[in-house]
Amino acid sequence: MNPANYLYVSAMLFTIGAIGVVVRRNAIVVFMCIELMLNAANLAFVTFARINGNLDGQVMAFFTMVVAACEVVVGLAIIVTIYRSRRSASVDDASLLRR
Amino acid sequence: MLTFTAPTLSYFLLSPILVVLGGALLGVFAEAVLSRESRPSAQLTITLSTLVLALVQVWRIRDESSLSAAMGSVAIDGPAVLLQASVLILAIFSVFLIADQGSFTAMAAAIPGSPEEKESLQRGEKLTEVYPLTLFAVAGMLLFPVATDLLTLFVALEVLSLPLYLMAGLSRRRRLLSQEAALKYFLLGAFSSAFFLFGAAFLYGYSGGLTLSSIYDAVIGGTANSVFLLIGISFLSVGLLFKVGAVPFHAWTPDVYQGAPTPVTAFMAAATKVAAFGAMLRIFYTAFANAYWDWRPFLTVIAIITMAFGSLVAIAQRDIKRMLAYSSIAHAGFLITGVLALNKAGLDATIFYLFAYGIATVGTFGIVTLVRDSSGEVTDLNRWAGLGKRSPFIATAFATFLLAFAGIPLTSGFIGKFTIFSAAYEGGNKGVVVVGVLSSAIAAYFYIRVIVLMFFTDPEEDGTVVVIPSVLTRITIIATFAITIFLGVFPTPLLNFITSMATFIR
Repeated sequence: MNPANYLYVSAMLFTIGAIGVVVRRNAIVVFMCIELMLNAANLAFVTFARINGNLDGQVMAFFTMVVAACEVVVGLAIIVTIYRSRRSASVDDASLLRR
Repeated sequence: MLTFTAPTLSYFLLSPILVVLGGALLGVFAEAVLSRESRPSAQLTITLSTLVLALVQVWRIRDESSLSAAMGSVAIDGPAVLLQASVLILAIFSVFLIADQGSFTAMAAAIPGSPEEKESLQRGEKLTEVYPLTLFAVAGMLLFPVATDLLTLFVALEVLSLPLYLMAGLSRRRRLLSQEAALKYFLLGAFSSAFFLFGAAFLYGYSGGLTLSSIYDAVIGGTANSVFLLIGISFLSVGLLFKVGAVPFHAWTPDVYQGAPTPVTAFMAAATKVAAFGAMLRIFYTAFANAYWDWRPFLTVIAIITMAFGSLVAIAQRDIKRMLAYSSIAHAGFLITGVLALNKAGLDATIFYLFAYGIATVGTFGIVTLVRDSSGEVTDLNRWAGLGKRSPFIATAFATFLLAFAGIPLTSGFIGKFTIFSAAYEGGNKGVVVVGVLSSAIAAYFYIRVIVLMFFTDPEEDGTVVVIPSVLTRITIIATFAITIFLGVFPTPLLNFITSMATFIR
């Protein structure tokens, strides 16, 4: 199969994630959409590794997974704290800071 | 058969980063074993000695020039040394402010207003996690401007960002606001790193390698698919421009600056800018230098709208921290003109500007921590009226920093603006220079309005006082004040030093 098709899938996943970040209101769902974007980038890396015929892209994908895991730790800590103080994880409710 | 070659690392060249990481781990260890009473002083000692040691190491590697510090992933050259030294100096001053502890909650995990929180505050507990977090962030900031491959850049970006997200949520007063700032900073920061990573993927696809030099070679070769290059440059730039807070990726800046504890705001406003612009300079000056037709037009537009938007919106602000946030957006625009210049003068000017601006920023936020009433810091601009009559020295120092931001002669800001605009003019960007000078003029209006408010308005008796600063905060304010004036009057030694040092190696 033509590897370029995987790039199209990756671009689609990235777009779905980006749209999700913009339109969804629950912080957890927004965060999941960001993870989707990171995974879209991973798919692109692996595809390019195949196209270019070297392993750099695959190595990068492993590092991205680790970094994404660290991001989950920090992100969920922040989201859980804010949920405990407000009983809501909606990004619309978090609007005390003035425009 | 698969053979494994062990990587060769030059520990001497990497020592500033390694020292800071080691200090951070030591801090985590101290957090686990030391008693609650002994922790604040121990952590402060560990943090400051780590930063000073790292600065000494930076001084020792100042004449080195090597691309092979970490198997081609880290470049140590003149700009690297200058940027690392700037980050460390700004971090030391920020830690002086952080050590004041009045701005931090005692128990970050407690629900705001809960009995646990009240109890921990009554017991006078101190938050000490902030020191190792600061050191981890500093390690990321030291690595970000010296990284020469996309993988190291991405990891450094995350190492510098993740601790900052947490630190934004540690404010003692107005806990909900602070948590909200942390949430916004985190979500938008993670969003932008996804863009950065996606851009990196396409640059890898374009050049077939992860290093900046392979991208440079691919641009020179010109046979690779240039659509990948365009996608790569634009997505990578979105990630970088977000970190520096350029319009239209600035939405987080005012909220985070306002919600975060003021010492943390000082740290991230000053040091993050140095790190992010350092990385931006390296990427655009080395990897994309020969593709400038592809990125210059769009970066020019970003620079123009960033300068104009930051200056115009700052006029309407009633809160001092939000005003400073918009002013930092405008300054991001001025700094992008230095990147756009794409010549040696632009590189020198941007590094000088970053240092001068960072020093003035730390001093400004240091003073913001001092103006308080019974419920904490007073950030409403109207209540700063008559500050000059209450405490003349603090108000004079604050006025000096604001004049430096405005770019008035005899302050470091004037030299910074002058060198950066003349570099941009030399680089052939006359339009940007015109917009830059005009927005500086607009910006001068709201800085001078604050000065008028402080000196020529009578103070109201509303409980606003300037507290007596602690020794460390006093050192910070006096030192940043002195540096701001000194760089305005005798900029030549530092400018010459930067000019003799700053050349990127490929």
